[in-house]
Amino acid sequence: MSTAGDVLSRALPWIVGPAMLGVLSLIFLVVPTESDQGIVQRIFYVHVPCAWTAFVAFFLVCVASIGFLATRRESWDRLAKASAEVGIIFCSLVLITGPIWARPIWGVWWTWDPRLTMTVILWTIYATYLILRSYGGPDEQIARYAAVLGIVGAIDIPVIIVSVRMWRGIHPAVLMTREGGSGLLDPMMRYTLYASGLAFLLLFAWLVTIRTRTLRTEDSIEEIERGLRPA
Amino acid sequence: MWAILRKDLRIEFRTKAGVSGLFVLGLLVLLIFQFAVTGQATPGLAAAGLWIAFLFAGTLGAQRTFLLERENLCLHGLLASPIDPGSIYLAKLLGTLLTLIVLQAVVLPLTGLFFNLSSSVDMIGLVAVCLLGNVGFSAVVTLFAAMSVRTRAREMLLPLLVFPLLVPLVIAAVQASSILLGQGSLKDAARWIQVLVAFDVIFVVSGWLLFEQVIRE
Repeated sequence: MSTAGDVLSRALPWIVGPAMLGVLSLIFLVVPTESDQGIVQRIFYVHVPCAWTAFVAFFLVCVASIGFLATRRESWDRLAKASAEVGIIFCSLVLITGPIWARPIWGVWWTWDPRLTMTVILWTIYATYLILRSYGGPDEQIARYAAVLGIVGAIDIPVIIVSVRMWRGIHPAVLMTREGGSGLLDPMMRYTLYASGLAFLLLFAWLVTIRTRTLRTEDSIEEIERGLRPA
Repeated sequence: MWAILRKDLRIEFRTKAGVSGLFVLGLLVLLIFQFAVTGQATPGLAAAGLWIAFLFAGTLGAQRTFLLERENLCLHGLLASPIDPGSIYLAKLLGTLLTLIVLQAVVLPLTGLFFNLSSSVDMIGLVAVCLLGNVGFSAVVTLFAAMSVRTRAREMLLPLLVFPLLVPLVIAAVQASSILLGQGSLKDAARWIQVLVAFDVIFVVSGWLLFEQVIRE
């Protein structure tokens, strides 16, 4: 695993760098400006991929948590932690870029639209996940606790989606302008969105490999320190 | 499993201090809610007050069962005994559930009193909603209370852990109670009750499965 991971983490920057640059030029130079919303609509090509990435991240937390509880391998635990950390950054970016777009288009910074509500609840779940981890305790115990929360949090997501939708009702008009519908009629817009999604996922993969490696180094340093300490 | 439950209930009953503290806390939250909210009392507000009082008092109350076990290292004894962790979970869940039912039995009439609710409310429906909410709440809280009592800053950690997860439960319970308190029928609240039932089933099962991971040394 370590050699494959090393190759990956060495190769990824060479892929992620050009991909992000390419996507930036697509977003700012190539893609046509949306006629109704104007220039602000371009934030979509960052906002939506961030949301996709955050979802992938939280899904990965759940998978890694199950993997850890099943195998007890510390590598799964490190993957879950790294993925939660990077995931919450992307989730925060979603919550920051959303209002920047919403203010000129909807006239408000924030509404209790189902998606916004769900995103902010997700954010709190994974923020708590990281808080739980930072409270410490015996490493193995905290890893187990975090894994349980990682799994339960993911199980909760469908229930949250259903209840939040029912709570607000669905606003088709708003959702139509946000996704598909008038927004992305030009095929170039769709290509840009997909390309951007891919680039963000690669960026996520890169950040997670870096973070996992750092955590592994931290663990081995700790082990060495423990060995050096006089018994 | 029944033995653990009997033992826990006997302790609760004999100490009394903890349970009465819960009642007063529930009452206080309701009072403060009254002062914080100005204007007409509506069914929506009454439902909000009911569930806020229940959530806050319940979260504090739920830790007690594990704090008691912890104080005398009783958890080790429980773990050493030939009981499977799922049964310990169910016993703890039932204990929390019963304590919180007593809490609800106090908070619910008080809510009716404070918010001047009419007596033509579908009481059976409302009690059913309260119980369903209670089951889901106890399922989540029991799982995470076992976790939080063994970390630092446990009083702070439990609400942090459970409140985000409980959001769907709170939405469904408040909506269903507010429909019922506004003299709606059980049928009007049916879709919210479905959410409550789904939440209960999902979290009782996942708590039962995952509890072993939490209490193992």
